[in-house]
Amino acid sequence: MSELRDLYQEVILDHSRQPRNFYAMEDSSHRAEGYNPLCGDKVTIYLRCEDDVVTKVSFEGAGCAISTASASILTECLVGKTRQAVQELFDSFHDMLTGKAEPLPDTEKLGKLAVFQGVCEFPMRVKCATLAWHALQAAFDETNDSITTE
Amino acid sequence: MKALNEAKASTASRATFGVDEVRNDFPILKKTVYGKPLVYLDNAATTQKPQSVIDAITRYYSEDNSNIHRGVHFLSERATTAFEDVRVKVQNFLGAARPEEIVFVRGTTEGINLVANSYCRKRLQPGDEIVISGMEHHSNIVPWQMVCKETGAVLRVAPINDRGELLFDEYKQLLGPKTRFVAIVQVSNALGTVNPVREMIQEVRRLDHHVPVLVDGAQAAAHMQVDVQDLDCDFYAFSSHKVYGPTGVGVLYGRYDILDAMPPYEGGGEMILSVTYEKTTYNKLPHKFEAGTPNIAGVIGLGAALDYLQGLDLQEIAAHEQDLLLYGTERVRAEGIRLIGTAAAKTSILSLVFGDVHPHDVGTILDREGIAVRAGHHCAQPVMAHFGVPSTVRASLAVYNTREELDRLTDALRKVKEVFG
Repeated sequence: MSELRDLYQEVILDHSRQPRNFYAMEDSSHRAEGYNPLCGDKVTIYLRCEDDVVTKVSFEGAGCAISTASASILTECLVGKTRQAVQELFDSFHDMLTGKAEPLPDTEKLGKLAVFQGVCEFPMRVKCATLAWHALQAAFDETNDSITTE
Repeated sequence: MKALNEAKASTASRATFGVDEVRNDFPILKKTVYGKPLVYLDNAATTQKPQSVIDAITRYYSEDNSNIHRGVHFLSERATTAFEDVRVKVQNFLGAARPEEIVFVRGTTEGINLVANSYCRKRLQPGDEIVISGMEHHSNIVPWQMVCKETGAVLRVAPINDRGELLFDEYKQLLGPKTRFVAIVQVSNALGTVNPVREMIQEVRRLDHHVPVLVDGAQAAAHMQVDVQDLDCDFYAFSSHKVYGPTGVGVLYGRYDILDAMPPYEGGGEMILSVTYEKTTYNKLPHKFEAGTPNIAGVIGLGAALDYLQGLDLQEIAAHEQDLLLYGTERVRAEGIRLIGTAAAKTSILSLVFGDVHPHDVGTILDREGIAVRAGHHCAQPVMAHFGVPSTVRASLAVYNTREELDRLTDALRKVKEVFG
């Protein structure tokens, strides 16, 4: 049960029940959809950037607790960051999820994202936690296409 | 009184059916997962294999391994005989008229694609219609869509009701002079609904022209007696790995005259009688449809699986699984969990929707309890769309499952509530 408690921390459950910044942004400068064909989870990320700095983030979609909470927390972590800084944050996040962070995840840098540390014990769920981030990257690239986890 | 008699009958069948002995035949069931005894409830995805199937494959590779149909040596003859013996076993299993009507393929999906390509693609014209049901697996939708795209034919879908049952009158109305092919699932993989396939085919036979009917038997063959002549179907497809056999092998049954008139599906060795650069003469049935070296060990494993299944008595299996289905349905409903697929005629599938909790989260929690279920859309997205859910948690039953395992499932579902509040 303790690994499950690590995975489904209160913060994660709270964000999955009441996702933050959950709306379709009308004045977004970038937008992309992420889709996991294996489970049908969908997320659309909306971004507003000014001079390469993120000023507003929102999302819409439906998915499991992990993917919803990940998208919700993502929207709270990016404002004020450049694309380069966002990419570095994602790299650290991804390393933490896949157990590659050496020697230990940089929780100071990861901030709120550290609540997803338990995911590394559940390799099948890494895709859930990264779906919104992959959509975010597609949004930056302005592909405006649907990206999938497969 | 009637109910009491039925209850007695079901207790009696439970007593005579030795589930403990059956469990002993499956080595993987002794495994523990995260320190807990494995509860395997993902049988609609693939069943576990009895020791006799594992032994048959090992014995083949240890003692008989050789290519078939061509060699003149001892081993080749033994392998060929063993391979062709399974064809006769499958013929008997399905009640087919002739062994040549049994074509070995990779699985149900390939069987359906063979028919779509070899039968439909050549014959269908713009405006012709293919009829399917609203509870098909993607493998009985997409091949027909591909045929329609290429030929200009139209796919017609017979709707289902909110219990997941076919609307028979609507289905009848779809059949008409434009109907050129009918493809229907016998048991829905997402809902467990058993379609009245025999009656559905009788309706097709009322048409003035002969319309071939393919039955997707992937989820049926392990759970009920199949007789293709009694069903009066033209094609029947099933997979070895869902009837306790190995993966990578399946069967396509086809009525002899129809199969015989169809062009080959793939070209290569085995499917020819003679080849020159000017002209190739194709082999007879069934070899015409078996290009290349087949999955010999897989076919031999399938033979062992059918021996195993028939040694158990399919009626006893059905009674045992029906008891589990009713018991599981009661337990799950008592927890206030919604069931998708509540057809009157149903087998072996519990498809659950857990309020706001996503099936993947349920699946993860169940997994840590040692319980294997499927969380997802089960390759049946149109079925999910009908019920307005993206996916479900599916517990699917097999001959070796027990009431105690369904108690473990219910306990674990309670744990989901604990975690998610």
